[in-house]
Amino acid sequence: MKPGDALPALEIPITRTLVVAGAIASRDYQDVHHDAELARQKGSPDIFMNILTTNGLVGRYITDHFGPRAVLRSVAIRLGAPNHPGDTMVLTGAIEAVAGDTATVRVVGTNAIGRHVTGTVTVTLPAGEAG
Amino acid sequence: MVAVEREVSDGGQGEPGKPEDTGGPGKRHDEGKPQGEGKPQSSGTSENPGKPDDQEGMEKRLKAFEGRPCAVAGVGKDPVNAPMIRHWCEAMGDTNPAYAGSDAVAPPTMLQVWTMGGLSGHTGRAEAYDELLALLDEEGCTSVVATDSEQEYLRALRPGDEVGFQAVIESVSGRKTTKLGTGYFVTTRMEVRVGDGLVGTHRFRILKYAPARRRAGAPPETALLPRPVVNRDNEGFWAGVRQGRLLIQRCTGCGTPRHPWLPGCNTCGGPDWDTVEASGEGTVYSYVVMHHPPFPAFSPPYAVALIELAEGVRIISNVVGVPYDKVRIGQPVRLEFQEYGDELVLPVFRAAGEAV
Repeated sequence: MKPGDALPALEIPITRTLVVAGAIASRDYQDVHHDAELARQKGSPDIFMNILTTNGLVGRYITDHFGPRAVLRSVAIRLGAPNHPGDTMVLTGAIEAVAGDTATVRVVGTNAIGRHVTGTVTVTLPAGEAG
Repeated sequence: MVAVEREVSDGGQGEPGKPEDTGGPGKRHDEGKPQGEGKPQSSGTSENPGKPDDQEGMEKRLKAFEGRPCAVAGVGKDPVNAPMIRHWCEAMGDTNPAYAGSDAVAPPTMLQVWTMGGLSGHTGRAEAYDELLALLDEEGCTSVVATDSEQEYLRALRPGDEVGFQAVIESVSGRKTTKLGTGYFVTTRMEVRVGDGLVGTHRFRILKYAPARRRAGAPPETALLPRPVVNRDNEGFWAGVRQGRLLIQRCTGCGTPRHPWLPGCNTCGGPDWDTVEASGEGTVYSYVVMHHPPFPAFSPPYAVALIELAEGVRIISNVVGVPYDKVRIGQPVRLEFQEYGDELVLPVFRAAGEAV
């Protein structure tokens, strides 16, 4: 593993179920995440994914790749284009730095309207796996 | 912390540290910029040069909130527990075995979940945060969108851990104009503990803003539509449009039609020309669908089409009569003229078969 290495992309269909399930699993009952009518009244074309779900998906992307023994140390994300139902988000990542057993990974999640999320994750890998 | 039940356009059940979501009804205009590292970016338009006194006063009042607490001695509503972990993993599609079984840890990205107020609201919030939000409400900044979440995980949380938290208002930006509207970025930082031990930190940033006037999907504002630039080379074209005629330039030297209007012929170089009126028949030669960035006069998504006229020239225009996602290459279209208010007429193309 070295800086510049790319992680395989992960495609995540943004279903209405994912948006709602993610919001409720994160205890976020804000109406714009489950009630399309109220979301429209607030100027959004539909419900949209909450930031905690995005955060969880970014974390999952990293641990799916590095395996169950990898430990997340930090996740920092910035949101852009909202994730609406019917869209697909494609997560991509690239190793930015490796220091000892810890890797810094740059993550970008793109949907049909642009970049939903850009972020940086640091993850500690089990001894011998940091390459 | 965050007050609940405000007119928010994105999440925020009122968590201490409840960042809200994604660009909400619109998007940050600095979408795509690196996250995390920096200050909120003022997007686009400048801060007022020579701020009026009242605005300076406002910013001073807002700055006074920096360093004040927004959550004191908050306590998680539930201890870290296997069912909530499992529900989270199901929602995320996360099958990591580290999050299940007798030695399970919670997904680190659940850090904030343990601090959420849920439907029953929050306990332990501090007045300062409510005061700050109320002040911004008074300014007309009634909507909220979360823009950033930055979490550090110092040690894993396990079922049974009782989470406590406190948070402070770290910074309040000056007034910024973004694509969503004009408002202020509020950054808070939360520390999450189990007993006396710090287990994680959580910084989040919201934009509290006055929504830009136009709503997505609303018809374009005629007054905002850009006007054609009429000059010596193309004034004949626009004169034709005003009369409901689409005039194509034609070289009198070699007979080649051309569009847009130019002072000379690209084929033979000849400077002389006359015009021929388009029959109005055409087909969609190509098109793009605009989703982003939004522009005040237009409501994305919309299709921008390159129409090939029967006379052989192509013109950029709009296809009317069909939704943006039903525009197709090769689609037959017919010219019509659309009026926007009293003073603007533009050629557009109606998809064939669509009743006027």
